Amino acid sequence: MSTTTPASAPAKTNRIGLEKSDYAGGKSTLCAGCGHDSVTNHLISAFFKSGLNPAKVAKLSGIGCSSKTPAYFLSRSHGFNSVHGRMGPVATGVKLANPELTCIGVSGDGDTASIGMGGFVHLLRRNVPMVYIVENNGVYGLTKGQFSATADLGTKSKSGELNPFQTVDLCSLAIEMGCTFVARSFSGDAKQLVPLVEAALHHHGTAFIDVISPCVTFGNHDGSTRSYDAVREHIKALQELDFITPFDEIKVDYKEGDGQAVEMPDGSWIRLKKLDQRDHNIKDATAAMTLLHQARDKGEILTGLFYVNENGKDLAETLKLPKGEPLYAMNADKLKPSRDVLIKIMQDFR
Amino acid sequence: MATKVNDFVLHVATANGSGSQSSNNVLVRSLFRMGVPVTGKNLFPSNIQGLPTWFTIRANANGFTSRRTDCDVVVAMNQASAVQDIQSVKPQGYFILTDTIKLTEEQRRKDITIFDVPFKKLADEVSKSAQLKKLLVNMIYVGVVARLLDIDREVMQAVVTDMFKGKATVVESNMNSINVGYKWAEDNLDYKNFPLKAQSVPGGNKNKILIDGNTAGALGWLFGGCTFVGWYPITPSSSLVENFKAYAEKYRKDEKGNNRVAIVQAEDELSSICMVTGAGWAGARAATATSGPGISLMAETVGLSYFAEVPAVIWNVQRGGPSTGLPTRTQQSDVLFTATLSHGDTQHPILFPNDPSECFEFGQVGFDLAERLQTTVFVLTDLDIGMNLWATNEFTYPDKPYDRGKVLSAEDLKKVADYGRYKDVDGDCIPYRTLPGTDHPSAAYVARGTGHDEKANYSESPVVYKKTLDRLKGKYVTAKKYVPAPIIDKQEGAKHGILAFGSTDFAIPEVRFMLTQKGLKTNYLRLRALPFTKEVDEFIERHDKVFVVEQNRDAQMATLLKSEYPAAATKFVSILQYDGMPITPTHVFKEIAAKENMV
Ligand SMILES: Cc1ncc(C[n+]2csc(CCOP(=O)(O)OP(=O)(O)O)c2C)c(N)n1
Ligand code: SF4
Ligand SMILES: [Mg+2]
Repeated sequence: MSTTTPASAPAKTNRIGLEKSDYAGGKSTLCAGCGHDSVTNHLISAFFKSGLNPAKVAKLSGIGCSSKTPAYFLSRSHGFNSVHGRMGPVATGVKLANPELTCIGVSGDGDTASIGMGGFVHLLRRNVPMVYIVENNGVYGLTKGQFSATADLGTKSKSGELNPFQTVDLCSLAIEMGCTFVARSFSGDAKQLVPLVEAALHHHGTAFIDVISPCVTFGNHDGSTRSYDAVREHIKALQELDFITPFDEIKVDYKEGDGQAVEMPDGSWIRLKKLDQRDHNIKDATAAMTLLHQARDKGEILTGLFYVNENGKDLAETLKLPKGEPLYAMNADKLKPSRDVLIKIMQDFR
Repeated sequence: MATKVNDFVLHVATANGSGSQSSNNVLVRSLFRMGVPVTGKNLFPSNIQGLPTWFTIRANANGFTSRRTDCDVVVAMNQASAVQDIQSVKPQGYFILTDTIKLTEEQRRKDITIFDVPFKKLADEVSKSAQLKKLLVNMIYVGVVARLLDIDREVMQAVVTDMFKGKATVVESNMNSINVGYKWAEDNLDYKNFPLKAQSVPGGNKNKILIDGNTAGALGWLFGGCTFVGWYPITPSSSLVENFKAYAEKYRKDEKGNNRVAIVQAEDELSSICMVTGAGWAGARAATATSGPGISLMAETVGLSYFAEVPAVIWNVQRGGPSTGLPTRTQQSDVLFTATLSHGDTQHPILFPNDPSECFEFGQVGFDLAERLQTTVFVLTDLDIGMNLWATNEFTYPDKPYDRGKVLSAEDLKKVADYGRYKDVDGDCIPYRTLPGTDHPSAAYVARGTGHDEKANYSESPVVYKKTLDRLKGKYVTAKKYVPAPIIDKQEGAKHGILAFGSTDFAIPEVRFMLTQKGLKTNYLRLRALPFTKEVDEFIERHDKVFVVEQNRDAQMATLLKSEYPAAATKFVSILQYDGMPITPTHVFKEIAAKENMV
């Protein structure tokens, strides 16, 4: 694979003429240095680059420090900060009522892997078309540092307790549940996370990104496997990513053997360049599972895009919802059967 | 016994899963088509196969067709319940007994007439297949009963033909079985002197249909513009969604075969109500149907809908609680829990349809109110309304346009100076909402279950918080203007009032008839919604005593009334039935009579 067009200075406005500040949100109230704030910034960059109209985006979340962040990006988008653990089903309703919205959900590891586990796995099974981000710090930040279900076995809490339970690996779980876009990244890795989010925004189906996002207040001590130091020490990026939309001047010229490239349904591309000695085919779910299991056994935090399948049927398609005619906008002319229909139905009950 | 025309209680005892449903349906529907006022209630167990189940039919020329426990005729097809069944026959009544059931001489009551019918032998005549015989034996008892009661055979033929539409052989085998029973009764029983008779009533049941409330509710959703359903199966509400799904398959397809509705069977009620709330927030007319345990699980999200002001409709088809309770029995015991469901100060509008016809009507009304008031609206029915057959008024076509409430489009926003999602602009405590996707710079806001100001920003300010709570209270008061008013029926000179709602209403006309015969006149208010409206205020004001009749142990509606009208608290006299069975006028009459020292 090779590209033409040299990199030029980044444009001040995107393809719909908006500046990056048009994608900003309210002022964050999280702790200084919280990983979640970095993720917020990367989301702003990704949305800006994607050139999506923020008015056509809906931001969903549950409850937690992470779930507060939708207020901190895209202030021109509607948001719904719902209840603890229920971002998934709320998003499902929103998306089906209005499939024209781009839905992005931000959740925490407690919100998703503890209280919201049921809703999460079923959302994946259904392939709800949306971007689902977990800001994963292994603790309940907002309730002051208790272990969440993604805390590593043996990790130490701020109060000195050791976690005796097995961790939930959200990425392998997502693959098992049939999720069609599964990735992991790190709040400190803009270079990787921004193109991943861009790709996720163009994915057909549920795009799940598990973002390791350290809690500086309750998870940044010695003995915590999610402190900035521990993460930096154990992190291993599988690939370097590039995201190219049909509007970009860069032309994709894919050559076999150069790395992998995935075409998205709207004509954009993800290019992946191997950073690791391991070969991984991102269309192979079984291989992805093996890769994730091996990484976990080694104590490695593997990041990158693990699995993509652009051919899945999303929930709106499964339910055969009309295209270009969202349910929320329908009125009696489309919904109320005629008087004759009622008369006909009444005949069945005599 | 003198002949009684169109006035009898017929009770059929079978085992669950034995296929008696269609036979009982043939009986009820045939009587209905003859113009006889009739109802059919299925008293069934929470089990798929084997446990005793009863079907009770009451015909009454005066239209009093509530359940009675003193049966004129009992058909006993189930060994397991036979000893109990013979006790339910009233003195001088009739017991039709299959000869496969063995009763001792002692158990065979002497004060009633017992017809021993060789059903097994008769079944051998109609089929060779053991499985078919098991089903068709039910049609044989229909034949026996039809001969005794004089049910019109042509009408029965038409009913069976409609019931098994397009399946000629099924129609034939069923009719054949009915005829075998009919013939046997003609040859072996003194049917001419049987004192209970069904007689066609010309013009009877005109403009009426025979239907259950869940099917009616489903049709209400269909015509009321429901576009989103999230649900989780639970008795006795499942058939509401299942019927809706079936109707939507037929009547909600566009030209390309796409669906103009999304129906998602969720993983639990936590998710089903969240899906509904998400869809409602995005602007869809969204609903769910559930029952007791499901309502408990939905509590948290109902509070979210209340505080973030998101429309949602929940149909609670009540069953016997607490806990798993009696899943296949009826009760009105979720009134208090639902009225303030969720933690914190919450209050919800509730609709109480009294029959399938009103279920149909409230199908649309529920959505209109939810969108108008931007909150969860409950519709409380119960198993009796939801799953039993009621002769109800034919549905009137809903001409009224949908009320989509206060929604501002991008175009509207151009004319709004300083939009705030939670601002009370009109003084009715109902703010204006915008839907996600509205492309105007001031449209967006973050809906949240946390404290928020008029612009939907997070706020912990004591002043702002209290103001929000007060406005929400004000909105509940505004709801009085929109909910269906009660229906009041007066008797000249009455000093006492009766207040009832939902399926209890069905028993009240007969109760009042009985009371009048004993010299007690009453006025009657049928409550159709919460909050209480001014008509309720006046009704309580005008009476020195108000009997509050309801189907729960703790006098839940009376509790709400006492807290709403503390000065009138001593006026309320509770009349309760809570055995899980549909309410009987006899019981209510006796209770009132006892309180009034009339006996
Ligand atoms: C039903 C319910 N139970 C408990 C809580 C308290 N609670 C608030 S946030 C939270 C945990 C959040 O953890 P996580 O999702 O990991 O978010 P973080 O703060 O770590 O970003 C809990 C338990 C709640 N809000 N609701
Ligand atoms: S407590 Fe932790 S997760 Fe919450 S804001 Fe502070 S650093 Fe972030
Ligand atoms: Mg967390």
